[in-house]
Amino acid sequence: MPTEILMPALSPTMEEGTLAKWVKQVGDDVAAGDIIAEIETDKATMEVEAVDEGRLGKILVEAGSEGVKVNTPIALLLGEGEDEGDLEKAGSGSGGGGTKAADDADQKSSGKGSDSDGGGSAKPSRDEAVSDMSARRVPGEGKVHPEPKDVEGELAQEIPEGTEMVSITVREALRDAMAEELRRDDAVFVMGEEVAEYQGAYKITQGLLDEFGPRRVVDTPITEHGFAGLGVGAAFGGLRPIVEFMTFNFAMQAIDQIINSAAKTLYMAGGQMGCPIVFRGPNGAAARVAAQHSQDYAAWYSHVPGLKVVQPYTAADYKGLLKSAIRDPNPVIFLENEILYGQTFEIPKLDDWTVPIGKARIHRPGTDVTIVSFGIGMTYAVKAAEELAKEGIEAEVVDLRTIRPMDLDTVIRSVKKTNRCVTVEEGFPQCSVGGHIASEIMVRAFDYLDAPVLKVAGKDVPMPYAANLEKLALPSVKEVIDAVKAVTYRD
Amino acid sequence: MAAKSSRKSSSNATAGQESAKEIVKTLEHFDPPAPAKFGKDDEIRAYRDMLLIRRFEEKAGQLYGMGFIGGFCHLYIGQEAVVVGMQMAMKEGDQVITGYRDHGHMLATGMEARGVMAELTGRRSGYSKGKGGSMHMFSKEKKFFGGHGIVGAQVPIGTGLAFASQYNRTDAMSITYFGDGAANQGQVYESFNMASLWKLPVVYVIENNRYAMGTSVSRASAETDFSHRGLSFKIPGIQVDGMDVRAVKAAGDLAAKHCRSGEGPIILEMMTYRYRGHSMSDPAKYRSRDEVQKMRSESDPIEQVKKRLLGDHGMSEDDVKAIDKEVREIVADAADFAQNDPEPDPSELWTDVYADEIPQTAE
Repeated sequence: MPTEILMPALSPTMEEGTLAKWVKQVGDDVAAGDIIAEIETDKATMEVEAVDEGRLGKILVEAGSEGVKVNTPIALLLGEGEDEGDLEKAGSGSGGGGTKAADDADQKSSGKGSDSDGGGSAKPSRDEAVSDMSARRVPGEGKVHPEPKDVEGELAQEIPEGTEMVSITVREALRDAMAEELRRDDAVFVMGEEVAEYQGAYKITQGLLDEFGPRRVVDTPITEHGFAGLGVGAAFGGLRPIVEFMTFNFAMQAIDQIINSAAKTLYMAGGQMGCPIVFRGPNGAAARVAAQHSQDYAAWYSHVPGLKVVQPYTAADYKGLLKSAIRDPNPVIFLENEILYGQTFEIPKLDDWTVPIGKARIHRPGTDVTIVSFGIGMTYAVKAAEELAKEGIEAEVVDLRTIRPMDLDTVIRSVKKTNRCVTVEEGFPQCSVGGHIASEIMVRAFDYLDAPVLKVAGKDVPMPYAANLEKLALPSVKEVIDAVKAVTYRD
Repeated sequence: MAAKSSRKSSSNATAGQESAKEIVKTLEHFDPPAPAKFGKDDEIRAYRDMLLIRRFEEKAGQLYGMGFIGGFCHLYIGQEAVVVGMQMAMKEGDQVITGYRDHGHMLATGMEARGVMAELTGRRSGYSKGKGGSMHMFSKEKKFFGGHGIVGAQVPIGTGLAFASQYNRTDAMSITYFGDGAANQGQVYESFNMASLWKLPVVYVIENNRYAMGTSVSRASAETDFSHRGLSFKIPGIQVDGMDVRAVKAAGDLAAKHCRSGEGPIILEMMTYRYRGHSMSDPAKYRSRDEVQKMRSESDPIEQVKKRLLGDHGMSEDDVKAIDKEVREIVADAADFAQNDPEPDPSELWTDVYADEIPQTAE
């Protein structure tokens, strides 16, 4: 039977076109790759090449025809041993693949939205409507991965009773975490600028070269985009890279590899292969290093499905979370803070101290207001809570620790108790972590709120250099106190 | 040009005897090794594997025109000898990575035509369950690491695969393909630097098909000899006739010897040509029809082998037609499969985001 030549789609969006010219005429022999016609779309004139070989038996759509729909048969091609007598057999509704494709396309468009329509004819009472709000959302909207359901807070893992505590700096906690994981698994290695012989730009990798040698502790050239991509490839190849950025400000050079290559591959590969890698380094403002060295990237990375984003505050969390990050089968963004590196905290003396990714921690219990923060933002939150206690306001301070997946259950549970919430972070205010928390609280605990959720964030300006301006650009303890007083209606 | 005036030719050496060490020491442009000597079986394998890619791509173009394949679709027609020749020089365990014009690379590594075509049509039996599409496909089993849609991004990743091989003390090499367009991306040179510094076993195969989308090499590149692009990193490079599968095989053998002996990376610039547009929606006004037809009629990689099969190897037209028929059947089966395989289950929207994810039902 003659082959139907169909009006081809020449771009992802083409629906119809003009058949400008027939290059081959009836009776002409056609080889694969020959141009048979020219088609005009709104964008360009395109040549239509033959896929099959044969002889042009009949032209069904004349040159000059406008608005020819994609997949319309435009000609018939006679194969080996076929003649004009065979032309009759074609085109009488057999359709072939082209028609089927068109059917599929129809189905697709008519099927759109059918599964997102909840229906719901009976009007619920107002109470029902409120308590049921999260269930009534558009399917999938606001859904995050993976979100362990922990409404009762049962997953809260903490230090076993009677455990001996020791004092340690954040810097030592990070070093110990890496050393322990390097000892545990030969596939783990550290790479980055100055991580080996220099012992780390911020001395986080001190001593690692001595113990593990240059195979496991690798100095790189100053080449963030390149070594981030190389790390991704090493992870594809079965290793467990810890890639140190001297600061996360420099990781913007590498952000394509982090997002397009590391975060998306598992999904794009249908689950076949992913990218177990840790990108770590100091993030956010240090002191007086100005705009290009002072940005907090928590909100940026937390936007991306496929990444996990961790930003701890205490040394115990730094250590426990870094060990978990190194063992995690996914790419983890581990945001540290230079100012916290030298701070000392109590840490449990345990052989293998890990903290689960995705679990917030109640840093200070309270009843009057919930303050949610993470990383260095916690320093403002904790001091504010202490000051507020003197005035009789008991704040519950929630340390998120992980930004993605975010433990909103713990936040919501606290807000349902205190009915008020203030978020604290150093990052820019627009599309901030606090902004996301506020929107989730509105959906999941609207009826429990006695005041709007307030955000305390970095100011909406690039970080200035002058000491007084830098101080103004960052959040302050006073701003947190003022926000708490506002939501508790105190003066 | 200074580099060219100091060129030293090794053309007095006979095929396959060029020393990898010699290349590293002199850092000059070398003539490629003589084409590999192919026996009848080699020729048949090359013919069959190239023809499979050709027919597969023609069918993919057809299915695109029929609306079965969406989005972007970049066909490999004309460049078949590059991946098939390189594959013939590889051994088990070697890794392959490339950019978005990747269908040929996948078929060459032995990935199933059905799985690749079903991915193109966005169906559940595709290599990525329909979630990756033409530009993003992987096979852990065949050591094919994608399929990357960001021009040049595969180069550091391919270098990292080589890093992993060296770290694990295996003798696998990473075949990292990219085009003349990607060769102008900065991360390529960041990779060259580290690969050479650490002597990583990576073969950078630059597929020079003369056009980066619609921009010809001479309009985009200050140095159009891409085999020279590694010179400041002490990476040797050779220019290869990428339309002759035997020339590719010989260059691949040389590169493999170089990499596996711990000498570090090497660049193979494959002089090749794509017959079709950059993607399906490319009207190809930047080159003349005659230029394309001339390549097709005079340098076609498949016709070259066919001629030798019919001539030197005494095969009959019918023998060759039998191979054609077998290939057509594989492609027809793949196309049929890919059109009838169901789309992914809607629940697949939410899977494979995290390796340790907790399955959830839609709210």
